[in-house]
Amino acid sequence: MILVAEGLRKLYGEFCALDGVSLGVAAGEFVSIIGPNGAGKSTLINILTGLTPPSAGTVRFKEREIHGLGPVRLARLGMARSFQLVHIFPDLTVLETLQAAVVARLGRGTRLFASLARDRDVQREALEVAELFRLSDKLGALARHLPQGDKKLLDVASAFALRPEIILLDEPTSGVSTADKTAVMETLVGASRRIGLQAIIQVEHDMDIVFAYSDRIIALHQGKVLADGAPSSIQADQRVIDTVIGRRGRAR
Amino acid sequence: MTGRLLVAAAAAAIAVAPLVASTYHVLLMLPFMAYAVVLLGLNLLFGYAGLVSFGHALFIGIGAYTGAFLTSHCKIRSLEVILIAAAALGALVAAPVGALCVRYVKIYFGMLTLAFGMVFHTFVLKFYRLTGGDEGTPFLRPSLLGRSLEAMPKIDYLVGPYYYYSLAVLVLATLCMWRIVHSPFGLCLKTIRDNPAKAETLGIGVTRYRFHAFVISAVYAAVGGALLGPPIGNVDPTLAYWTHSGNIVFMTLLGGFTSFFGPVVGAFVFIYLQHWVMSVVPYWRLIFGAILAAIVIFAPGGLLGLLTPRRAAVRL
Repeated sequence: MILVAEGLRKLYGEFCALDGVSLGVAAGEFVSIIGPNGAGKSTLINILTGLTPPSAGTVRFKEREIHGLGPVRLARLGMARSFQLVHIFPDLTVLETLQAAVVARLGRGTRLFASLARDRDVQREALEVAELFRLSDKLGALARHLPQGDKKLLDVASAFALRPEIILLDEPTSGVSTADKTAVMETLVGASRRIGLQAIIQVEHDMDIVFAYSDRIIALHQGKVLADGAPSSIQADQRVIDTVIGRRGRAR
Repeated sequence: MTGRLLVAAAAAAIAVAPLVASTYHVLLMLPFMAYAVVLLGLNLLFGYAGLVSFGHALFIGIGAYTGAFLTSHCKIRSLEVILIAAAALGALVAAPVGALCVRYVKIYFGMLTLAFGMVFHTFVLKFYRLTGGDEGTPFLRPSLLGRSLEAMPKIDYLVGPYYYYSLAVLVLATLCMWRIVHSPFGLCLKTIRDNPAKAETLGIGVTRYRFHAFVISAVYAAVGGALLGPPIGNVDPTLAYWTHSGNIVFMTLLGGFTSFFGPVVGAFVFIYLQHWVMSVVPYWRLIFGAILAAIVIFAPGGLLGLLTPRRAAVRL
């Protein structure tokens, strides 16, 4: 198991957002976390990525307890993430955004007098990622000027530029038009194969996307794991149908 | 390309100014060049890291007092030694101050830097035996590249050797800063300015980069402060007063913090405008207040921002 969480509990005052959640993700798995609004999905992702400390329970990434490590050290250990709301650098270009991720991965950020433009490793890797995410023709565009779908792609692409071992995506297709969702996912899956990503965990509301791409699905409800299994078993689980998927196969 | 030509033309104009301009105008170029060095550093923090310091007069003061102390009390006249000592002392003081301040952002960072600036101002005001109190300490004429130049009339010294020495320091400081902002380090700073939470998820240690930027900016301010001393001839606590910190923030806004040369242009316009307005009306602060308000409202990118509106929206 590359990522293991045991007995996660998160309290916000008296509200219990997560209540005894345990899960494990093995190398090679594409895991989707589903659940209605308020089920604790984003809280779970935030705890798994060290952004939010749990009230109780532990998270181990590559056999190492992540408590107190923080996002910077986790990124260096090989964990990347994207956010539900697009996180970009508004005044950086697409190329600069990808370069920043590569610079961070290669540990070259403290080079004070080196020329970024002449760093061939950084250039090559940034251009490779741009190509993988079909952003090559927008390298000079400021991130804030990109269409919403491209902003989302850039956000995810910068996480991929870290060449992580595991990536956690909080609604990677939110804000993307229905027509573009499959294209985004195909790009994402294709890129993950190219960079040798070991595991993907995503929070997703679109059940078509969830069932089409997941190896395993974890359904959350009121902060607890309602079901955990292969897409076929989740699709047949009456409790999941009643609380998460709904009759028409959509969470929303 | 046009930008490079403009910079080359400006550098050439500064280089020939002593030959063609009046002594009055050439003397005004001395504080301009000293402030330009200060502002190149300040803008690494302001424009590239997104942190507005209201206490950088502290480091200007450290640079100026270092020079005054060395020339008056230690009989060290070499400006090279003074500049190195100012830079080292600036970095030494910036390390603990920065380590604390960069843990905060926005108004809290600004207020903390202001507080440290006020502490230093009180220190130089009250420690009379070391600093001369409100009377200050003389900044005796420094030697340049091993040449004493004591026999030369003061004006000749300032508009001749000292002018070109200041220009050389400014050019060197500009080249260094250009490399810094176009380095991987500079890029990481910009990510932190734009979105620190995202920067952290990429593995960029926000506090560490801010700290480095703070120390570098303090070194620039101290070097600039040391250059301010010789034309004035006497270093007093007004150099370290908080309104002085406000002035350099004003200069940065005036020229535009969104472009590399904006603050340098701001320093030039500020100094000449200040002297011109002071010669016309006694209420120069009133005029400058109105100018500052107009810039914030109508041209948040400053004078150069009007020409290159790459980052028109100001979000700090």
